[in-house]
Amino acid sequence: MSSKLVLKSVSILGAAPVDVEIEKGLISLIGKGNASDAQVIDCAGFVALPGFVDLHTHLREPGRENSETIATGSKAAARGGYVAVSAMANTLPVADTAAIVEQVRNIGSNIGLVDVFPIGAVTKGLAGHELSDIGSMASSKARVRVFSDDGNCVWDPLVMRRALEYVKQFDGVIAQHAQEPRLTEKSQMNEGSISATLGLKGWPAVAEESIIARDILLANMVDARLHICHVTTRGGVEIIRWAKAQGMKVTAEVTPHHLLLTDESASTFDPIYKVNPPLRTQDDVNALRAALLDGTIDIVATDHAPHPIEDKECEWENAAFGMVGLETAFSIVYSTMVASGAMSWDRLASVMSIAPAAIGRYANHGQHLEVGKPAHITVVNPQGSITVNRDELASKSRNTPFHGMNFQGAVVATIFNGLLTHKVGE
Amino acid sequence: MRHLLSISDLSRDFALEILSTAHELSRVSENGTKKLPTLRGKTVVNLFAEDSTRTRISFEAAAKRLSADVINFSAKGSSVSKGESLKDTAQTLQALGADAVILRHPASGAAHRLAQGRWISGSVINAGDGTHEHPSQALLDAFTIQRHLCDSKGDLAGLHIAIVGDILHSRVARSNILLLKKLGATVTLVAPPTLIPFAWQSWGVEVSHDLDAVLPTVDAVIMLRIQKERMSDLYFPSSREYSALFGINAERASLMKSHALVMHPGPMNRGLEITAEVADSSASVVVEQVANGVSVRMAILYLFIAGNQED
Amino acid sequence: MSVALSSEDISRAITRISHEILEKNTDPTSVTILGIPTRGADLAYRIAQSILDISGIEIPVGALDITLHRDDLRIRPPRPLMDTVIPLAGVEGRTVILVDDVLFSGRTIRSALDALGEVGRPARVQLAVLVDRGHRELPIRADYVGKNLPTSLNQSVKVSLIERDGADEVSIDEVSAAENL
Repeated sequence: MSSKLVLKSVSILGAAPVDVEIEKGLISLIGKGNASDAQVIDCAGFVALPGFVDLHTHLREPGRENSETIATGSKAAARGGYVAVSAMANTLPVADTAAIVEQVRNIGSNIGLVDVFPIGAVTKGLAGHELSDIGSMASSKARVRVFSDDGNCVWDPLVMRRALEYVKQFDGVIAQHAQEPRLTEKSQMNEGSISATLGLKGWPAVAEESIIARDILLANMVDARLHICHVTTRGGVEIIRWAKAQGMKVTAEVTPHHLLLTDESASTFDPIYKVNPPLRTQDDVNALRAALLDGTIDIVATDHAPHPIEDKECEWENAAFGMVGLETAFSIVYSTMVASGAMSWDRLASVMSIAPAAIGRYANHGQHLEVGKPAHITVVNPQGSITVNRDELASKSRNTPFHGMNFQGAVVATIFNGLLTHKVGE
Repeated sequence: MRHLLSISDLSRDFALEILSTAHELSRVSENGTKKLPTLRGKTVVNLFAEDSTRTRISFEAAAKRLSADVINFSAKGSSVSKGESLKDTAQTLQALGADAVILRHPASGAAHRLAQGRWISGSVINAGDGTHEHPSQALLDAFTIQRHLCDSKGDLAGLHIAIVGDILHSRVARSNILLLKKLGATVTLVAPPTLIPFAWQSWGVEVSHDLDAVLPTVDAVIMLRIQKERMSDLYFPSSREYSALFGINAERASLMKSHALVMHPGPMNRGLEITAEVADSSASVVVEQVANGVSVRMAILYLFIAGNQED
Repeated sequence: MSVALSSEDISRAITRISHEILEKNTDPTSVTILGIPTRGADLAYRIAQSILDISGIEIPVGALDITLHRDDLRIRPPRPLMDTVIPLAGVEGRTVILVDDVLFSGRTIRSALDALGEVGRPARVQLAVLVDRGHRELPIRADYVGKNLPTSLNQSVKVSLIERDGADEVSIDEVSAAENL
């Protein structure tokens, strides 16, 4: 491979086509290229975006390498247009010490397909009682800034208050998985008319909304940064909208699957649709889409959650929660939000790259494509389309609910630190 | 149709065909015929991953009266009831050449999974899945109501049926609501608000919390079994209070119309949701429900299994 | 399509069968007629009426559904059950005359004999059919035949009766042999 890479005739965020030259990991030229010794990618009709950053990824390593590894997860991320992922802490052992987050960071760096930013556990063993080694993780080589017990809610209000206060000293953020545990014991799916008919134990919206409300008030009181993971309900959206109107420091994410699917899919009893938090109603989907457009919800995060076949090939109640999402995220967001004209390329860049990088304090990421900036670039084809095939995923797991579905918008190429980590067809 | 998974899969006409077939089969039985050659050479597996002696015996009697070979596979406590190997079990049954699997399972949707997993080629008959559905129970309840209150070929239009008790956790209630409405009856659910599903409004039923007010208007009342452990889950304060508000006793039964039926899917908690006096009264058709269960299950086996062979 | 029996032909056939039944059974009071639904049952009631008209003797008449005894249940979709109506006199020790519209392979009659065995033990069983079209697959023959109708396997015989079809007629249609199975 030659040392220089050229994206020929690419539109940056929908603007008039230009050539983008990349050298030594940086954007070296934007305009009319003249390099003769370069690897040239013809990007006519394609759009270049700041490289995607996922703030919510389950890479499963260490401990559950039968469903995903940092290597397979990195490859899936690159195929999905991602240049950075945030490895959730619910591994075995839990990422609650400096040693583990450094190990995850190192493995990710050695693979070199994406930046792997470990997320530290808020509490030891995700048990919700004692704070984990938050400070050690923050000052480790992994420089952890995002802390989350995701999979579990930090349900104890005192623990939550202390965690919010404690991470202020290094500008950290608590990413809360909002799920009141008593209201969701053995819960299987959104509580509503579908759960009533299917006889599956309901998961009330208020179990999510009550924690969001509580934590917003707590974070505001101690002036700390709070991030709400995977918002799924209209009520949650309205609480966050209110908080932002008051100037409170809260950010929020939505997953691609919650932008598209509803609890009606559970009528098949196929646990491929079983996910935590659960799929909600069409009214909630509409509220989430509007919130992502008006800025109430800041980012799209995948909550990529790989599971082996046997954990899904069983009864709904016995199946694992979660779905893979890295490789389909862009196409779903494009199809649901951008293709209709509702969302601009600028807003797409913000929700997929700039805002998540800012929340995670990932300094080298989420930057506008300018000369001298790190070459983290995602190239997409708005005229292209994908048909999801679970057997062709780079992820080690197959648990996508989108198998066989067709979406408009396709990731064409991913450039991480100036290196081509994915090119369609290769 | 190959599988009986949910009442919602049945058309009104097919539901009525099951009932009229059951009607003919019960007459054949009453004529003294104990055994018919209809399913000779067919293998029916009773796969029960949860205890239910009465449903298993009922299906077994039905299958044997139609000359099917019956294999009982009681899987409680094994890996099947934990759900780890529904697929493995299904493949075993396939290897045994099962033409039909009667499945009772603690997980809602288990019968759907078994049918849709493409692991077996035979019919799947849902004999109760978690808190989802129990279609054969609803069919035998409708059959019992039809025998007493309607023309044997007709539907249940104009009748008012109350279902009383733990609707939230009852597969019998879910199947009954779907079937009774499909057959034209009006349905009222009677229970404390804690035992009515949130979002029941989509069901097209009435809900009441006053049993005394509802009883004089009904043609039949279906009493559901109340699990004592619901008390510890805060659904109601005490069994004494539950009985006082939602149990049926002789005094309450006297509020009903003279032709009205008292039904119960069994097993009954005598003294909790129903007193012994009412259970053994002339209005009670509980024992008849059991007998009708065999006829209805014969009709189900005949209509779903006979001729359902790929050769 | 061609008409094999007209309305008048059918009436004459029923009258003749009725006479033959009276001739063959010296004690008509021991006779019970059972028709095989649907059109066999219609014919059974007509024959009983005809015997009443001729002789003034009221013969017990009913219907015998044979669906559950069919030997093709494994390979055909299930069909709805028909009414079985056994007259009060029963069948025990009596002469039962089975009535069907068309005699073809003989398998329906075999099933009817099985079904009859579940009801009781008649002294003897006789068979009356409106049409015998041949192609027997079992050693079965009719005691009373309205009309012998030689057919090929590429033909189907359609019996229409006023009770069900609005008019009396027997017709022959050309079909593929496979549809006849």
